Amino acid sequence: MATYSTNEFKSGLKIMLDGDPYAIVENEFVKPGKGQAFNRVKVRNLKTGRVIERTFKSGDTAEGADVVDVELQYLYSDGEYWHFMDQQSYEQLTADAAAVGDAAKWLKEEAICQVTLWNGVPLNVAAPNFVIMTIVETDPGLRGDTSGGGGKPATLETGAVVRVPLFVQSGEVIKVDTRTGEYVSRVKE
Amino acid sequence: MERPTWRPGADLATLRLRAGLLTRVRAFFAARGVLEVETPMLSVAAVTEPNLASFGTVYSGPGSRHGRTLYLHTSPEFPMKRLLAAGSGCIYQIARVFRDGEAGRRHNPEFTLLEWYRVGFDHHRLMDEVTELVTALLAGRLPLAQPERLSYRELFQRHLDLNPHRASVAELAARAETQGVSIPPGMPTDRTDPWLDLLLTHYIEPRLGAGRLTFVYDYPASQAALARLGPGDPPVGERFELYVNGVELANGFHELGNAAEQRRRFEAENATRRGLGWPLMPVDENLLAALAAGLPDCAGVALGFDRLVMLAAGKTTLAEVLAFPFERA
Repeated sequence: MATYSTNEFKSGLKIMLDGDPYAIVENEFVKPGKGQAFNRVKVRNLKTGRVIERTFKSGDTAEGADVVDVELQYLYSDGEYWHFMDQQSYEQLTADAAAVGDAAKWLKEEAICQVTLWNGVPLNVAAPNFVIMTIVETDPGLRGDTSGGGGKPATLETGAVVRVPLFVQSGEVIKVDTRTGEYVSRVKE
Repeated sequence: MERPTWRPGADLATLRLRAGLLTRVRAFFAARGVLEVETPMLSVAAVTEPNLASFGTVYSGPGSRHGRTLYLHTSPEFPMKRLLAAGSGCIYQIARVFRDGEAGRRHNPEFTLLEWYRVGFDHHRLMDEVTELVTALLAGRLPLAQPERLSYRELFQRHLDLNPHRASVAELAARAETQGVSIPPGMPTDRTDPWLDLLLTHYIEPRLGAGRLTFVYDYPASQAALARLGPGDPPVGERFELYVNGVELANGFHELGNAAEQRRRFEAENATRRGLGWPLMPVDENLLAALAAGLPDCAGVALGFDRLVMLAAGKTTLAEVLAFPFERA
């Protein structure tokens, strides 16, 4: 993997620190008029999401991290691992619970997900921004209420629970924004 | 190829403010009988300080058939001292200077220095005058409390409870650790200056000069640059820096007039460069000859004019006060 000089640092660049892959969030050049120059960077740990601060002497280098974002199709979960497929090469990749995280509850078979790979292994899985799912259980709403005010919990086919308007019923298909976990609309089959 | 960005970085109000401040700077010095001068930007000699990188270019033409390397100045200090030695009396210059490798929120590889020399002043008297000028220029734009002055030693004692002149690399590293300052890989183990710079830039500077002018004076002898050494145990460089709102604004010296000592420092700086594998720079023999002929007792200061405009305009980046910052030049 390539090394990067501090002169190449910019937000988004992926580098290795202490054995973990990081993305540069912010890069600041600091230097006393007559003193040593430093690059003070904020970096996000791509495994934990935690942002920390690191300093380099200007002109020094950091090892690049082999991190790429790819689109993979979700196949199934065996309870311990989540299995994905590269639709071009038909190669199958396995993600663990740490990589899938909260995305798990939005994963429906055949969904196309953005997966971050580190050295070819899934590091992070992002659910599609919008998913279409069937409601498997919700309390019957009050007849005639179409205002959408109030709302009630509804359990979806993947087990995720979202708040839906009172008029939405079990068996209906809805669209959900996975970034906020909010109901968007009903979907006609 | 990136899309052309022909528009200026600074808005017109800021450019007007900038022009107004330049006019007031000239009036300030005219009223005090300080002479405005201009000196060359290009020279066969260059600064030797390891932490300053000069741009080089090549002159080809009459007198130089095969081309001659010339350096763009990083400050007009050397020729201004030659004028002082030639009997100019007090002088000032508003100079565009160039420093390779320096680009960021508060750095632009070319920038404007206001540099002036006062014959018969020491660094404390010059701090008085810097206070008058900066206070006048920021009046009504930045509310300022009474200025404060503290020595480099007091600065480190106040903020980090350690003596910068005595602390070892191990002590400085330990203090960085306890204060949560990230220690870069590859810090030297044989010199304390980079460690002092680390603590200064990462921990102390952001806390300096909040709503007031803060002068720091009497630097470690190893950071004296072109300042004379004053009494003390250990002796300190009679140098000062001005900070306002965490921004390093000016650097001044009670000027070293001893040619032999100046030559020794230039050579030591080139030796440091050699040790780091960096290019050696040609020493300014004209300056050394001028010092040998006799530099009047004087103090001089260089003030980052763009940073001053930035503070006056209430901006946070140099790109907002330059007509065309580096990225758009």
